[in-house]
Amino acid sequence: MSWHQYLPHTPEDIAAMLERCGVSSVEDLYADVPEELRISGRYELPEGISEKEIRDFFAEAEAECRDLTCFAGAGVYHHYVPAVIPSLLSRSEYLTAYTPYQPEISQGTLQYIFEYQTMMASLTGLEVSNASMYDGTTATAEAMLMAVAASRKRNRVLISATVNPSVRRVVATYARYHKVRLEVIPATDGGVTDRTALSAMLADGDVAGVIVATPNYYGIVEDYTGLAEEIHAAKSLMIVNCNPSVLAVVRTPGEWGADIAAGDAQSLGMPMNYGGPYLGFLCSTKALMRKMPGRIVGATTDDAGQRVFVLTLQAREQHIRREKATSNICSNQGLMALYATIYLSVMGNAGLRKINDTGNAGAHYLCRQLESTGRMVQAFPDGVFVNEFAMKAVDINLDALMEKCVECGILPGVRISEDMLLIAVTEMQTKAQMDKLVEIVRNLENPENHACHEPRTI
Amino acid sequence: MNRELYKPLIFEFSRSGRRGFSLPSNGLEDHKRELPEVLCRQTEALLPEVDEPTVVRHYTNQSTNNFGVDTGFYPLGSCTMKYNPKINEEMAASAVIAGLHPSQPVSTTQGALRIYHTLARYLSEIGGMSEFTLNPYAGAHGELTGLMVIHAYHDSRGDTARDKVIVPDSAHGTNPASAAVAGYKILEVKSLPDGTVDVADLRSKLDDTVAAVMMTNPNTVGMFEKNIPEIAAMVHEAGALLYYDGANLNPMLGVARPGDMGFDVMHINLHKTFSTPHGGGGPGAGPVGVRSGLEEFLPSPRVMMDPDGRFYVDSPGTSLGFVSGWIGNFTVLIRALSYILSLGTDGLMKVGPLATLNANYVMNALSDLYLLPVPGPCKHEFVFDGLRDKSTGVTTFNIAKRLLDYGFHAPTIYFPLLFHESLMIEPTETESVETLDRFIATMRDIAREAAETPEVVRNAPHNTPVRHPDDTEAALHPVVTFMDLKKEES
Repeated sequence: MSWHQYLPHTPEDIAAMLERCGVSSVEDLYADVPEELRISGRYELPEGISEKEIRDFFAEAEAECRDLTCFAGAGVYHHYVPAVIPSLLSRSEYLTAYTPYQPEISQGTLQYIFEYQTMMASLTGLEVSNASMYDGTTATAEAMLMAVAASRKRNRVLISATVNPSVRRVVATYARYHKVRLEVIPATDGGVTDRTALSAMLADGDVAGVIVATPNYYGIVEDYTGLAEEIHAAKSLMIVNCNPSVLAVVRTPGEWGADIAAGDAQSLGMPMNYGGPYLGFLCSTKALMRKMPGRIVGATTDDAGQRVFVLTLQAREQHIRREKATSNICSNQGLMALYATIYLSVMGNAGLRKINDTGNAGAHYLCRQLESTGRMVQAFPDGVFVNEFAMKAVDINLDALMEKCVECGILPGVRISEDMLLIAVTEMQTKAQMDKLVEIVRNLENPENHACHEPRTI
Repeated sequence: MNRELYKPLIFEFSRSGRRGFSLPSNGLEDHKRELPEVLCRQTEALLPEVDEPTVVRHYTNQSTNNFGVDTGFYPLGSCTMKYNPKINEEMAASAVIAGLHPSQPVSTTQGALRIYHTLARYLSEIGGMSEFTLNPYAGAHGELTGLMVIHAYHDSRGDTARDKVIVPDSAHGTNPASAAVAGYKILEVKSLPDGTVDVADLRSKLDDTVAAVMMTNPNTVGMFEKNIPEIAAMVHEAGALLYYDGANLNPMLGVARPGDMGFDVMHINLHKTFSTPHGGGGPGAGPVGVRSGLEEFLPSPRVMMDPDGRFYVDSPGTSLGFVSGWIGNFTVLIRALSYILSLGTDGLMKVGPLATLNANYVMNALSDLYLLPVPGPCKHEFVFDGLRDKSTGVTTFNIAKRLLDYGFHAPTIYFPLLFHESLMIEPTETESVETLDRFIATMRDIAREAAETPEVVRNAPHNTPVRHPDDTEAALHPVVTFMDLKKEES
C-alpha cells in the first residue's frame, strides 16, 4: 500500500521505477549530497494525523478565538460576502492554476484579469490597472518606487501623516532599503494634510512623488482641489492611497488629477481573515504604464480572429529584465483579483452606492449617539466622512471601555492614540448593535485608580 | 459547449436596471449625510449591471477555459505544481477566522496566533533555522524580506560598505530583481558546464563589499550544489551572509536542511513545497527563516510565546521594519499547517525522495530523444535543451504548444537562460507512474512527429479554445481595459 493518500507510489511502483532509472535505491539519486549534510535521523515533528483529527486541531484553535461585533476599520472592513463568491472561487480550474503563461489554456484567468483591470481603472478614475499586487501596504510602496523610477534622478518622496500608519510603515521600510528619502507631511489639527507644509516641502525640490489618501486614516474625505496642479508644477507625481469601496461615491484619484492610485481592495467584501489574503491594487495613467510593476493583461486576436487575452508588456518584468525590472514582484494576487471582479459584477454601481449609503447613515447615527453620552466627541468635527470617524474620549477611560466592550462581544473600534478611537460602520452592524455600544459608553464606570485622559489636540 | 455564446466579457452582458446584490439595511437611512459636491464622484464607474445567474454562468464557463492541477498533469519546472489537498481548503474557509480583525486584542485571537506560531516552529525544524516569520506574502516578497534582514544585520554592525549581492547566472529572475529593490548592486557568478556554481569565479568576486550570496539548492538545472560547504565557508570568511532561495526546497524534504548546509537566511514558497494552491498567480506565502543570531532583525510584528504559553505580538526596535499590513496571508498559513499535520514526519520524509524519483524516471525515459545538457541524476526537476535532432526546425516553444493539444500543461520554457532551448520539467511527488508514463509516451510521440510531420508540431496547438494569440500586436497597441477595447472597435 502507498504511505499516504497524497502519494500514489506503491512499493511495487518504486521498485519498477528504480529499475528503469538504473539505480538500486532512491538514496543513489542523492549520491551528490555530502553525507555530513544529510538529515541523520528524522524531523522532530508530530506523526501524521487523519482528516478527522485535522478538523479537531483547527476546531480547538477556533475555540481560542472570539468573533466580535466589528466596529473596527483602519484599512480592514467587515463587509457582506455574497454567497456566489466562495462558490465560484472554489472552482479548482481557478484555484489550482498558476500564472497564465500559456494563454491557450488560461483564458479563464486572463479574461477575469482583463475585467478586473477595467473595473479597478474605472473605479479609481485612471486609465490602466495592473493584474494586482499583494496588499495595500506593498502596493503603495511599489507606487513610491514607480514614482522614483519615472522621475529618473529624483529620490525624495513625501507622504501625508493622514495616510494609514500601517501603510506608512511598510512604505518607510521599502524607502529605507531602496534609499528613497521619505518625508512625512504633517497633519493639521483638523486631521487633514497640512497644505502649507506640503507646499514648502515641494518647493525644496527633488520630489519624485507625493502620497496622500482618500478617505484618509481618520475617515475624512480631504479636499485636494489644486493639489495635482501644484504637484505637477513641481514635476512630481501625485499618488493617492484609496479605499475602492468608498470610491463609488467620493471623488476619485483620477478626478483629483492623480497619476497613480494604490491601496487595498479588501473593502470589496473580502473576509478579514486575521490579516489576509487581501488584494493590493495599482492603477495609473497610460503615460506611466510601462513603469508599472507586475503583470498586465492585454486583448489581442488569435489565428481564427477571435478576441483573446494575453500577458503583455512583459519586458518590464523580472523574468526578462532581472535586476533592471520595474519591480521584483513575480506573480499577482490572482484569486483575490477574481474575488474583486465577481464582487463588483454582483454589486455594480447601485450595490456599492447602497453599501456606502447604509454605512454613511449608520456612521453618522452612531457618531451623534456617542456624542450624546457626553463622554466622547468627534475628534475632527470639520472633517467630512462617509463611514468611518475618530472619536475623542472626554470623560471615559478607553482601556476600560475596550475591556468592557470585548467582554460584551463588541470590538468598539481601533485605538489610534491614548484618547482616540477610530470607528467604522458598514452594512453589517445593526442599529441594535450600535445602541448597545452607546449604552456601554454611557454606563461605563471609570476605574478609580485610572485618571481620565484630558482631552488634547494632536 | 457553445463557446461563442459564453465568450463575451461581463460588461457585454450588462443590461440597465438589472442587479445581482442582496444587501441588508440598518433602517437608519434618514441619518445619511450628503457629501459636498466637490468631494463627490463625478462620473459613474464602468461596472456591469447583471443578475446573479448571469454572473454564475459567466464565471463558471470562463473557468472551463482554464487548466489547473485538478485538471491534469502540470510539469511546470520550478513551480512545484503538486496536488492541493481539499482538507486544506476546508480548514482555510473557517468562518471564525474570516471574522477576525487584525486589530483585535490578542486575548481574543490566541488560537490564530497558535496556528502561526506552530507553523513557524515546524518550518524552523524543516529548514534547520532558528526562527521563521510568516509575514511575507510571496516568494519574491520573501526574498526581499530576507535581503532586508541581511541589510539590517550588516547595518547593526556598522558594516555599511557592503553594497553588492552575488547571484548565479542560473538564478530565478526574482533574485537579482529583489536585490535591486533592496538597494543592492548585482554581481553575476558563472555556472560550470555541469550547471553548478563556478567556485573559483565566486571566490574572485567575494570581498568586503559583498553583503550576500543568493543560491538555489538544488539549482534551477535540478543539480545539487555539492560544493556548498566550501561556498558557505568562503562567503562567511568574506563577512557576507548566504541566502537560500527556497523555490527548490521540495526535493530536500526528508534529505537535507538549508541550515545544515550553512545558509543563514532562507525563504520557503508555501504554494510550492507545502501544497497551497497557486490560485492563478496568488495568494501565496513566502515565510523567511534565519539562523540563530539573526532573529532580532526579522520583520515586525513578530508572534511570540510567553513562559505561560500565551501568545503575543512584538515589534522590537532592532527589527528591519514592517513589510506587510499584519501577519501575512493568514489562510494560506492554515493550509500549509494542515498539509504538515496530515503528512507528519514520516510523510514529509518521503516527499523529497519521491519527487526526485519521479523526475529521474521521466528524464531517463526521454533523454534518448531530448538533449540533456547536464547528465547525471537530477533532483526534483531537470532541463532538456530541446530535441536531440536539431534538423527538424521544431523548437521548445512548439513542443510546449503541442503538449497542450495532448491535454498536458507545458513545462517551463526558455528558463534557465543557460541553454537556448530550455525545457524545464518538474513532475512533483503527487503524480502516479501511470500519469508519468502517459506523459513520456506523448513526449516521444511529439519527437516522432517532429521528425515525420514537423509542420504539425510547428503549428501547434490545434485543439485548444484559443490558437496563436498575437503577442506582438498586444504589446505594440496595448488594449488593457474594456474602455480601450470599445475605443478600438469604434
